[in-house]
Amino acid sequence: MNTVVRENREAESRQSEQFLAPGASLVEDGDGYRLQVEMPGVNKEGLEISVENNELTITGYRSLPTIEGTLIHHESRRENYRRTFELDPSIDADKISAKINQGMVMLTLPKAERVKPRKIQVS
Amino acid sequence: MSLIRYQSPELALWPSLDRWTSLRDDLNSLFELPFWSGFGRQGQLFSGWSPALDLYQNNDNIVAMVELPGMRKEDIEISLHEGALTIAGERKSESSNGEKAERTERYIGKFRRSITLPTRVDANKVSATYRDGILTVTLPKAEEAKPKQIQVKAD
Repeated sequence: MNTVVRENREAESRQSEQFLAPGASLVEDGDGYRLQVEMPGVNKEGLEISVENNELTITGYRSLPTIEGTLIHHESRRENYRRTFELDPSIDADKISAKINQGMVMLTLPKAERVKPRKIQVS
Repeated sequence: MSLIRYQSPELALWPSLDRWTSLRDDLNSLFELPFWSGFGRQGQLFSGWSPALDLYQNNDNIVAMVELPGMRKEDIEISLHEGALTIAGERKSESSNGEKAERTERYIGKFRRSITLPTRVDANKVSATYRDGILTVTLPKAEEAKPKQIQVKAD
């Protein structure tokens, strides 16, 4: 009986991992959007980006430096990062690209060709 | 939008702050809206930036760890003065003129953090690394501040 209860709890706690919502900023330029997400402690290997049902999910698993000693002042949080954004229909989900540099994720979200402003030639 | 002060995470978990939450909801759903119609080019919502700082101590060193995502290492300044460690720097805005709208939860601009160190350190041997957006500063303790074993001599 005890064992069953414990196992269930473990399964539950694994499923409900607490994520931290990272800070983000969004810029629109003519061809699309640039989304920057702050994930200190995350590198390329720890970054997962997925698009499903018009939702963009960015997950960052942190690999923090291990420091020997006693923690005497603590402000940081240790959770991994996750945040989901709803994509505007104008975005071409197949062409989203991402890079990460010093814990800053930079996503480029291009607009689909059909929604880009264009000039109509008068013949 | 008025100034929203950063609260250190141990005082308030920001997802529970109402203002933060509503701001985040705004951003999360922004893609649906005509772009920030009511917002104008306000850009920075925050004028203060106070990056999270942890301090560790072991026998030989004091180690400070600061979350500074997306900086250039040239823009980070580390100094020691009267037993306090100061980390300062500036994050520059990367947006250019061709961009229509900007909305950010990120801090742009200057920051400065100071913390009093618990023991004296050897200022000449301080070293720092910047990796994955985390700055680690290692400050070797001054000889007189290191724990010492005293041998008891027999007669």
